[in-house]
Order: sequence, then C-alpha cells, then structure tokens
Amino acid sequence: MLGAGGGGNDVHWCFSQVKGAIDDDVAEADIISTVEFNHSGELLATGDKGGRVVIFQQETENKSQSQWRSEYNVYSTFQSHEPEFDYLKSLEIEEKINKIRWLPQKNAAQFLLSTNDKTIKLWKISERDKRPEGYNLKEEDGRYRDAATITTLRVPVFRPMDLMVEASPRRVFANAHTYHINSISVNSDNETYLSADDLRINLWHLEITDRSFNIVDIKPANMEELTEVITAAEFHPHQCNTFVYSSSKGTIRLCDMRASALCDKHSKLFEEPEDPSNRSFFSEIISSISDVKFSHNGRYMMTRDYLSVKIWDLNMENRPVETYQVHEYLRSKLCSLYENDCIFDKFECCWNGNDSVVMTGSYNNFFRMLDRSQRRDVTLEASRESCKPRQVLKPRRVCAGGKRKKDEISVDSLDFNKKILHTAWHPQENIIAVATTNNLYIFQEKVN
Amino acid sequence: MQDPAPIGLSLPQLAASRCNLCWRGRRSSSFTIKPGLQTLMTLAIKEHEQHERLEKLKTLFGLPVNKAKLTSQRTRLKNQNGFHLCRLGREVYTFVSTSRMSGSLLNMFSKGTKRKFSDGDEEISDESLVGARVASSYSLQRQSLLDMSLIKLQLCHMLVEPNLCRSVLIANTVRQIQEEMTHDGSWHMVAEAFCSAGQSPSERLVATEVLCRSREQDAEPKLFSVISYEGCREEEVVADETLCSVSVSDTVSNVCLAGRIGQCWEKSELSGVERDEEALEDSRLGSGEDEEIDTKDRASTESPKTIGQVFGTFEIKNGSPGPDSALEELFSDVDTSYYDLDTMLTGMQSAPKMGPYDILDSLAPSHSSPSIVSTPNCRSDLNELDHIMEIIVGS
Repeated sequence: MLGAGGGGNDVHWCFSQVKGAIDDDVAEADIISTVEFNHSGELLATGDKGGRVVIFQQETENKSQSQWRSEYNVYSTFQSHEPEFDYLKSLEIEEKINKIRWLPQKNAAQFLLSTNDKTIKLWKISERDKRPEGYNLKEEDGRYRDAATITTLRVPVFRPMDLMVEASPRRVFANAHTYHINSISVNSDNETYLSADDLRINLWHLEITDRSFNIVDIKPANMEELTEVITAAEFHPHQCNTFVYSSSKGTIRLCDMRASALCDKHSKLFEEPEDPSNRSFFSEIISSISDVKFSHNGRYMMTRDYLSVKIWDLNMENRPVETYQVHEYLRSKLCSLYENDCIFDKFECCWNGNDSVVMTGSYNNFFRMLDRSQRRDVTLEASRESCKPRQVLKPRRVCAGGKRKKDEISVDSLDFNKKILHTAWHPQENIIAVATTNNLYIFQEKVN
Repeated sequence: MQDPAPIGLSLPQLAASRCNLCWRGRRSSSFTIKPGLQTLMTLAIKEHEQHERLEKLKTLFGLPVNKAKLTSQRTRLKNQNGFHLCRLGREVYTFVSTSRMSGSLLNMFSKGTKRKFSDGDEEISDESLVGARVASSYSLQRQSLLDMSLIKLQLCHMLVEPNLCRSVLIANTVRQIQEEMTHDGSWHMVAEAFCSAGQSPSERLVATEVLCRSREQDAEPKLFSVISYEGCREEEVVADETLCSVSVSDTVSNVCLAGRIGQCWEKSELSGVERDEEALEDSRLGSGEDEEIDTKDRASTESPKTIGQVFGTFEIKNGSPGPDSALEELFSDVDTSYYDLDTMLTGMQSAPKMGPYDILDSLAPSHSSPSIVSTPNCRSDLNELDHIMEIIVGS
C-alpha cells in the first residue's frame, strides 16, 4: 500500500530491521554520521565516522506479501574518505562522512555526493551482472593469446554473472573550504550543487572540480568580530536560483542567486523575536539552528534548534507558522547539558513524503514524530528491547518532575549518550530510518 | 519550607549526591552528572580562595578590608535554611543550595539592578538578607558558568581542528556574562580592590585577573589566558593574522594576585595605544569615573579580542599584512606545530617545541621561569622586543 505517508488515521510504527553490531561496545569508526534515502526510496545510504558509506537496497516487493514491505539489505559498501593530515596547520582532517546527498537518477547507475570536513566526492554506483565472453585475442582469464595460434573467429557474447556492485569515485572536489563543511545540497537543475562550511558557501558544477564559486561569505575582516557561523544550507527543491542558510544565532537567510553573484545580502531574513521571559545565558546557544530542510512542495521550510522544531512559511519572515517542542523538559537542565557539551549536539529533522508529518531525534534513543495536520505528537524509542519483528512501538513519555506515573521515564534517568541525531524518511512510503550511535533502525508503518 | 541540603558531608559523599543548581529562580530538580559536580565544586573552591586572596590583597595595598563583611557573609550563608555552606575541608567550601526565590530572583534578572552586599552589619533585615543571599548565589553561579566556559574554550586544542560553531557559541556566552558583570558593577567592584593609583593597566589586568583565577600550582587546566593576553598584547603580538593561538596559560598562572600585578603591567603607553585602536563596541556606561569607564570598556573590548585569539587557530597565517612588518619578520619562522595538549594541561613549563603558543607565553613580562619571584620586571617596549629576540634566537 503505497500511501503518501503520514496523516490520516493513526499511524502505528513497527519494528522492521536493525543494522549494525549488537554489542554495547561501540567502535568509534562505526558511529553513524549521516543517513539518506535516494529519490525513489529504493536505496538507503549511511555514512559513518570511519569514512565508509554503506548502501542498503530495498528488495523488490513480493506481490504475495503485499501486507509487508520488503526489507533493506546491504547493496554496496565502500570507503569514501580517508583520514588526512593538513601539514600547514598540523591538524588531522577527519574522515567522518558529514553528509550524503543522492543525485536524481539519469541512467542505470546511481550517483551520490559524500563529504567529510574538507572534500566532497561524487561516487558512481553501478551494477554489473553480465560479462563478455569469447574474445578472440584474450583468454578467459585475461592473458593474451598468441595471434599465430588463432585459426577461427568468433563473436564475443555477454553471459550473466553474479551481481557485482561497483562504486567508483568520479569526481573529487577538494581544497575549496578552509572551515568544516557542514552541508551539501544538489540543485534542482541537476548540474550544480552547493557546499557550506562554517563561514562560506560555494557553488560547484558537477563536472568541474578545479573551480567553485563562492556565493556566501560571512567571514568578518577581523576574526575577532566573529559571532555567527553558518550551520546548514539547502537549495530550494524547485527553484534553482533559491537557497537558504541558517546560522548559529537562530536566523535563516534566503538568497536569490539572480540578484547578484555574491549573495551576502539576503533576500529574506527569517527570525523569530526572542521570548524575554525565557531569557538565560543559554538562550543563544539553544537558538542555534542545527538543521534546515525545505518541504517537498517547496512552500515551507523546517528548522531544528536545540529544544524545538519550527515550520516557516517562505512568505512570512517574522515568525514561524508552527513551533513544536521536542524536549521541553530539558530547559531546566541547560546548565548541566552545557557542562557535558550535550547542548551543542546537532539534531537533524526530516519531512515525510507529503509534508504532513515531521520527525526529529532526541536523547535516550527517543525520536519524535510531529503530525502537523492532526496537531499530535508521539515519542518513540529505538531500542533493542523492541526488536521483535513487526513489534509495534509503544509511545514513550518523559515526566519532567513531580510524580512519575507508571511507564514514564524521569528526566534524570535519560541517557544523554544515546542520542538520535540522524533520521530519514522514505520519500513515498511510511518507512523511516533512525540512526542511534552505531545502529540503524528501520521502522515501517503497520498495515492492517 | 525549604529542603535541607546536606551539611558537612565528605567530598566523596557530596560528589555522589545531587547538587541543586538554581539558575532561573525556580526550584530545579536535581541532575546528577558526576564530572559536572566535581568541576563545579573545584570552581567553587577557587571562588572562595579568590575571595580570600582578594581580601588579603586589600590588606597588602592598605585598602580597607571589609573583614566583617566577609565573615558576616559566611555566617549569613551558614545560617540560612536551604543555603548551606558545606565545609569540605580546610578552607574549602562549596554551596549546596536550593532557592525558592523565584519571584525576587527573576526580578533581579529582569531589572538588572546593581546589587551590593550589605555592609558588614550583622543586623540585617530579612529582605536584604534574602536578597543578598540570592544575589551572591546568582553571581557565584554566573561566575562558575564563566569559568566553565573559559575552560571549554581552552580545551579546544586537540589533534583535530576544533568545532568553530561550538567555540563561537561559548565565546558569545562568555561575552554575555562579561557584559552583564560589567553592568552589574561586579567588575568594577573587583577592580576597585586593586585600585591603588587608579592606574588603568592594573585595573584592566585586574579585570582580566578576575577571570583568570589560576594559581601557580594549578593542577587544573589553566582557566585561560585568552582574555588576559588580549588585554595587554595587542600591539606587541601581531594579531591572529600571523600567529594563531589561544595561548593557554602558563603566563596566567604566573601572574597571580600576590601583589605583583599592578607593578608588572605598568604599561600606560600600551593601554593608551590600545584604547585608541579598538573601537569600543560593547556596553558603555554613560557617566561615571574615567577609570570606571576604562575598566568597563576594556572589559568589553577584551572579549572581542579574546575571540580573535580563539579563532586565530582556524586561520592559516599567510602574509596578510599585520600592523607591524618588523614584528612579522620576527615571527616569520615560528614553528606552527600544534600545541601539545599535555603540555598545556600540565602548565607548559618548558615546552620542547616553540609553537606559536610558546612564543606568546614567553612574551609575558614576568615569565622567564615558572616561578615568579619578587622583583616584578617591568620592561619597556624595547626591552620586550629584546626579550622576544632572545627567546627566538635562544631556541
């Protein structure tokens, strides 16, 4: 049942699969750092801290099992980035994959962009399931035949072979960023893409690796005056001239590339005035936007700051149209969260296929589904305990203080090391991928 | 009425128990994170010792010491319900407090009233008592937050380039606290303590020293020299263009409150130049003494410069013109290898490699050896340059 996803009746989520090691000992290199479905939803890519990309493929649907959608199995694994050493600064460059973005499919091969802190790579993932046999001048194992021994000619033919998935780097876009790349976004024109670091945004052409255009530069002349950095950037899904970038001060700027070559001057500035009653020393830190995503229809955008998710109408700049609290119970704990650095965690958020539900992660392996149309929200947990096949996920509740009811978890028992930063939603179906520290959980909608 | 907090627990016991922090005036539920608690306690220890040192210094300078105030404050704190001063050891205290002063505390936040400790009078009305308690609690916690932030900024120097966003946010928080402290006048209060001839540099240094908070035998990572450096070094050190660094430390540890400060930093010409150079962007108080303004202005300009030092790390220094080409030449062959974390944490006594941080550290006037002794060496600019040359050539 290929519903558009979300909304309507209550959606019950159930466990489908979990990928990754079972034991609690987490190898640093296995920590998942990004998750992304491709445009059809057939492929699911994950990047980890060790620089590897693992792609899962949805098996073609079994007609007889229409009640249950197919599972995702490993399709390809490759090492995308290697650790490097910057000799000028004497600093290591991590190989951690910060973002993966798929290109729309144009032919049989799949293309994706993966980036670490400094370098972006375009990978081609292609299948090979046939090979040519019957060459005249070569043996089957590849050795050349002596031309004198050839007496007859034959036509080589393709014979089927075991499926082999090859990943090859087609382009390497390097040396364009002084600071750490935090976002990449493919343009709707399928020719260009942007990469954003802390202070600059560059525009690239997919075919050209030795040049990129700088379109946003917020580096002050005097670094001492630096108070704001870029935290995320994205192209508009339909308008190839429009992109947005968010900052650490809680503002989002929409820029039009037709206006000028350098888009330092924004076309629109989205900022919500601060609530004076909630002001504290941490106000600025928790207002820093960690992720910005356009809706699929291009009318709205969603931003994630530390405690809330905000939906903005692109036509209204002075305040968001909707605000959802993700974990308001943490507001009184900000000092401790600052102390253990959790306040700097960058949570991502995502839309469902028809923009009716949004999802984001939280601590203790909780994630939140916020239904815009029904104004309802639910907290679910990705844990090993609810790993029985097709087990329906039970909503979780956190009690902020006072009397703790049964089945509730108190704020103090939350595990702040178990955080869900990366989530992804299938573009057409109700299938979600949720990344805990080193496991990838796939949940599907329960179909009756 | 209020929860009795544990009194007289031993250090491990306290570490294991919960520490209530009151930030917003609401009674917040406890939150157990052991490292956090330990850090805060250490900071509280420092806070107390700082206070003691301040009083001692006042005596040294012949300023009236409000001994009565200090003790009455302690007594006050001890006697109040819900605000217990726990004695962890000799000369070591920590605060375990809950506060239900939501209304008054929030009022104080919003109004930004200048709070003053009531003068050494034992017979104080309940209101001012409560107000003073709340005020001291708030300012102490604010101070801890400041200290914590500065530690975080310092500990950014790892093998991998630190996260710029995080550093910016922490730096902004530090700036915000500084501004508020300036508004409150707590900056001024501390500066006053060292005001002998109202000499600007010493005042300025005091301002930085308050933030400095480190001692010679400090086992903790040095609270920072970020701010202290900036204050006095702008003209000498080519700004983050050619040298990258948050110079941590060692200098700070050597510049301690033991009375050398005023003498060591006697560079009025330095402060003069600096004042002209920097546009004072932050908080300004309209009226008031010149010195007061100076201190405050400098306090606020310190942070932007601080940030420059912090973010200097992110730059490759290549030939962007510094203010002084001669100085540029001096530093042209500086080894930019990264700062050794171990060295920094142990207090960089004699770093084997002369990284940029090392250079800056050795620029401190009072720093030729870790143990600073009696004769404060006040050098003129020329002597400074000679000193620098010695170091570079000598290495």
